Amino acid sequence: MAENTHGTVRVKRGLAEMLKGGVIMDVVNAEQAKIAEDAGATAVMALERVPADIRRDGGVSRMSDPDMINGIQEVCTIPVMAKARIGHFVEAQILQALGVDYIDESEVLTPADETHHIDKFAFDVPFVCGATNLGEALRRISEGACMIRSKGEAGTGDVVQAVRHLRSIIGDMKKIGQADEAELFEWAKQLRAPLPLVQEIAETGKLPVPMFCAGGLATPADAALAMQLGAEAVFVGSGIFKSDDPAPRAKAIVEATTNFMDADILAKVSRGLGAPMTGINMDEVNHGGTRFEDRGW
Amino acid sequence: MSNSSLTVGVLALQGAFARHSEALERLGVDTIEVRTPAHLAEVDALVLPGGESTTMSKLLDSQGLRDPLAERLDAGMGVFGTCAGMILLATDVSDGRADQQSFGALDIGVRRNGYGRQIDSFEADIPVDGLDGPFRAVFIRAPVVERLGDGVEVLASVEGIPVLCRSAAGAPVLVASFHPELTDDDRLHQLFLDQLA
Repeated sequence: MAENTHGTVRVKRGLAEMLKGGVIMDVVNAEQAKIAEDAGATAVMALERVPADIRRDGGVSRMSDPDMINGIQEVCTIPVMAKARIGHFVEAQILQALGVDYIDESEVLTPADETHHIDKFAFDVPFVCGATNLGEALRRISEGACMIRSKGEAGTGDVVQAVRHLRSIIGDMKKIGQADEAELFEWAKQLRAPLPLVQEIAETGKLPVPMFCAGGLATPADAALAMQLGAEAVFVGSGIFKSDDPAPRAKAIVEATTNFMDADILAKVSRGLGAPMTGINMDEVNHGGTRFEDRGW
Repeated sequence: MSNSSLTVGVLALQGAFARHSEALERLGVDTIEVRTPAHLAEVDALVLPGGESTTMSKLLDSQGLRDPLAERLDAGMGVFGTCAGMILLATDVSDGRADQQSFGALDIGVRRNGYGRQIDSFEADIPVDGLDGPFRAVFIRAPVVERLGDGVEVLASVEGIPVLCRSAAGAPVLVASFHPELTDDDRLHQLFLDQLA
């Protein structure tokens, strides 16, 4: 009799494969979750406050109330993700017990551990983690992350950091593809990343897990930009529900992500969406704001 | 018919379409990513990949693909659907969305996410009729086949539930509730190509 095996790396990375080419949307209640699913989201991220509000309110930001997560699970047929604080493995245990489909060990919440991330191999539920560069991505994968998202700067509506992080990760992978065997040792040292993962990239030219883009995307064009730069799917947080008219914007971003190479369709879906989130540009964040992207080690 | 004379489309609206293209290309088949009716017109057969069936269903409408695809299926085009693709090809779907439409290419009834949430996802070695040796089947938030209509042949089951089915006659239709595209084992893709021939 064949054994059914749960929580394997293939099963955990497999769900990320199924989310490729899609849009994962931040939602704070069941009503928003319905709007997201109606618009064609592939998954929702359940959280108390979208990053723009976390940025505005300050204070300590934690895992969401289980009642709120369950409320969203009840109205959704698509996967429901939720965030745990960096290093807070008990929040992750609770999220696994709630049956969330993916855990985001997220810099948007206030970190619980200044040195260690969660041992993600200890869980059957898969994890996604953010990264600003290739070394950070590989460290998270070596801890068991089954999906990487470039961090960008959440809650700003400014796409510049998402572009910076994607270009950094993909640019270094291209350089590693050109490196000889001896140079790979130096790459591993510089990146503070395990050598076998660096060697794997040299061979395959890509991360061993799907790489999505997050942080600052607010328009259909932003989503298509991330996809053309090499992201395999996108997360949109504040960009939808902080805009004037969330439902049509959400649908337009879904269509832009599928048709990211087709400028005629991008032009069509970009029309008449009302005002995007006002946002806060990175210069303002750098002068007295909080840079979420600097959280994570 | 040799593999190389076929052009097989992979529905590329969302999901694991690239993995299907890689498997087909390893078997010597020309592939096209299908996003528009013009793409669909170029293919001899089509693969509907895993992904989110609700998302794909909405995109089938917004891309103007639903009617042309239904017409090709009615005309007997061969089709292989995995997971979400199986849902889209079924006759009836429970626990889906009220506005979710499927094509009814194979007379089966499926329950979306019938095995539960991601924590219940699993992999297993399963015996498949017509294959030598077991196939490693990866189930991700998989649908459960609850009803089999006439003319449906079951090629593999797990714990009494059919997981791989095909049309016994007529238009070639193959559906799996698991993801052969997530392994490097291309035998089920070859099985589909044989069914087309």
